[in-house]
Amino acid sequence: MSFYPICAEYSGAPLTEIFAAATESDVRRALGKTLLGPEDFLALMSPAALPLLEEIARKASRLTEQNFGRTIQLFTPLYLSNYCTNHCVYCGFNAKNKIPRTQLTLKQLEEEAKAIASTGLKHLLILTGESRIKASPDYLDSCMGVLRKYFPSVSIEIYAMEQDEYARLVDAGVDGLTIYQETYDEELYAELHPRGPKRDFRYRLDAPERGCKAGMRVVNIGALLGLGDWHKDALITALHAAYLQDRYPEVDISVSLPRMRPHVGEFQPTSIVEDRDMVQVMLALRLFLPRLGITVSTRENAEFRENILPLGVTKMSAGVSTAVGGHSQDGDQVGQFDISDERGVEEMCEVLRKHGYQPVFKDWESITEPAKGAA
Amino acid sequence: MVVVLNGKKMDMTEGVTLLELLESKGLSPETVVVERNKEIVPADSFTDVVLNDGDHLEVLRFVGGG
Amino acid sequence: MSKDLFEIGGLKLDSRLFTGTGKYADDSVIPGICEASGSQVITVALRRVDMESTTGNVMDFIPKNMQLLPNTSGARTADEAVRIARLARAMGCGDWIKIEVISDNKYLLPDGYETARATEILVKEGFIVLPYVNADLYVARSLVDAGAAAVMPLGAPIGTNRGLQTREMLRILIDEITIPVIVDAGIGKPSEACEAMEMGADACLVNTAIATASDPVMMARAFGRAVKAGREAYLAGPGATQCHAAASSPLTDFLSGD
Repeated sequence: MSFYPICAEYSGAPLTEIFAAATESDVRRALGKTLLGPEDFLALMSPAALPLLEEIARKASRLTEQNFGRTIQLFTPLYLSNYCTNHCVYCGFNAKNKIPRTQLTLKQLEEEAKAIASTGLKHLLILTGESRIKASPDYLDSCMGVLRKYFPSVSIEIYAMEQDEYARLVDAGVDGLTIYQETYDEELYAELHPRGPKRDFRYRLDAPERGCKAGMRVVNIGALLGLGDWHKDALITALHAAYLQDRYPEVDISVSLPRMRPHVGEFQPTSIVEDRDMVQVMLALRLFLPRLGITVSTRENAEFRENILPLGVTKMSAGVSTAVGGHSQDGDQVGQFDISDERGVEEMCEVLRKHGYQPVFKDWESITEPAKGAA
Repeated sequence: MVVVLNGKKMDMTEGVTLLELLESKGLSPETVVVERNKEIVPADSFTDVVLNDGDHLEVLRFVGGG
Repeated sequence: MSKDLFEIGGLKLDSRLFTGTGKYADDSVIPGICEASGSQVITVALRRVDMESTTGNVMDFIPKNMQLLPNTSGARTADEAVRIARLARAMGCGDWIKIEVISDNKYLLPDGYETARATEILVKEGFIVLPYVNADLYVARSLVDAGAAAVMPLGAPIGTNRGLQTREMLRILIDEITIPVIVDAGIGKPSEACEAMEMGADACLVNTAIATASDPVMMARAFGRAVKAGREAYLAGPGATQCHAAASSPLTDFLSGD
């Protein structure tokens, strides 16, 4: 099974015409339903939905509270390594970029882990560039040996893997997989990934499904909005999430909505996703998939992140550094991208409480003993 | 000899076929299904089945149901 | 619009109303029921012949063009259901079987585990299996995996005529289950059958409500129309219901500064 046929079908959809044909009553109909189909999602994404945005926001807000309460789960990324063999033209870690390359030793990792754990965070997202030689499955397995002492929940955002490799990491204590398709436009994808293993569109497209099969508890997907036609990417992201939710009801599926940020390297966003666009996508996603996790990173600025709290977001990063060793090492490391919200964990928590939201560090506990010597 | 028909013992003469038994009960063979000693008897072999002493027969048919 | 046919068990049906032959004061009304309702599928049960009684044969009243759907009523275990199914098939009226496994005589609720087990066995033997079950997602999924041709969740306990008590669960089954969902049991009024169809059910099975009406033929016609109306409403896509949210402080005002 693969999401590919659905992806291919919708890549060719004449969105401009579909959006032009959408009417206010299409939007109202979508608003009135409890179970929405792709056609409703399209109506909610169309210009016809803009005059009704406030009404849509109210429903999205109600659904989010119903399903998640007034809570925001906090996590932070930890960059293990920035060695990379890919040439993704939009990425700061692009193999061509002349930046210092480094990878944490287990001793350095322990320092990073301690520094992050001291902020109270329990959810960690570990990241590497795409280098199977440097950041090998063995290396990641050893890293988990260190990290599980400090974090009950660790997600990975690394190169696409085989199902048994994911399963091995699940055994080592990984419980979440984050992997972005970047863009669902196969042609554009080929242009943006001129060299490197990531060039294989389908292998990456099926990676979230392999993660589900391998026993990941949370699978987080997304497209880097702004790379291509963001309307189309948001639509196919939503369909991809629905596909996974339908087939793997035991897995929590969530979606990230990263917007392109300035970074080292020549490629800059081709289409701009305005705040209003971003809000519209988020609301449409919430109505379409009420149980969907929605992650918003520190790519977004503090004010925007506060404004969207009631609109559907369920997870946020805080206390972020996108550089290898950024939490504990001295020096001017180069990050993968620039962040906009530089607030620390404590400050974030205070802001959330001020808005009537509970910051959540940890919301589940495995009742089976994790495989190897856990915390 | 004795056969058990739908839970009731019946005295019968030797050599009677299943079809003959059904007809003697006023049942047309195409409206019933018969289990003989827990095995379904194919409808086209009612004439061939000669009953034996101690046979357990269940004769069923469709009735009203939802 | 192309004709809306209901495909199941290799058949393409015009009617999405299944009906039954139980509880009629007089079986001679059955042909009238079939005609008035438009139904093309009808259930029967299998019982020991009562040698002493001279009651008529229900089969004499079922029009020849009807698809027969024998049930396994009376079965308390999967093995009994399998036995009844095999006997029913030996009657030579096709491979369709409605699995019904009930061991609780107080509520007459179906046993999902035994039903799934029987389904698995009978599908392998080539039956077209339509299991009668509680509106339970896990049971329904196991039936899909076992190869059932449809699932038949109850709206309310058998014969209670209490309507769609399981509404929310039915909604979930309709949304999640990839094979036809046929609401069986509990439907007491045409409006309830209509509602089930509006929700997206693929068909309804109605017996008691028709059989016990003062005028069964008229009630059969009413059900036939209700099922059709509900189906058409579902296909047409209902209009929006307005939600009246109190406008306290706007959630999207921050966007107007753009």
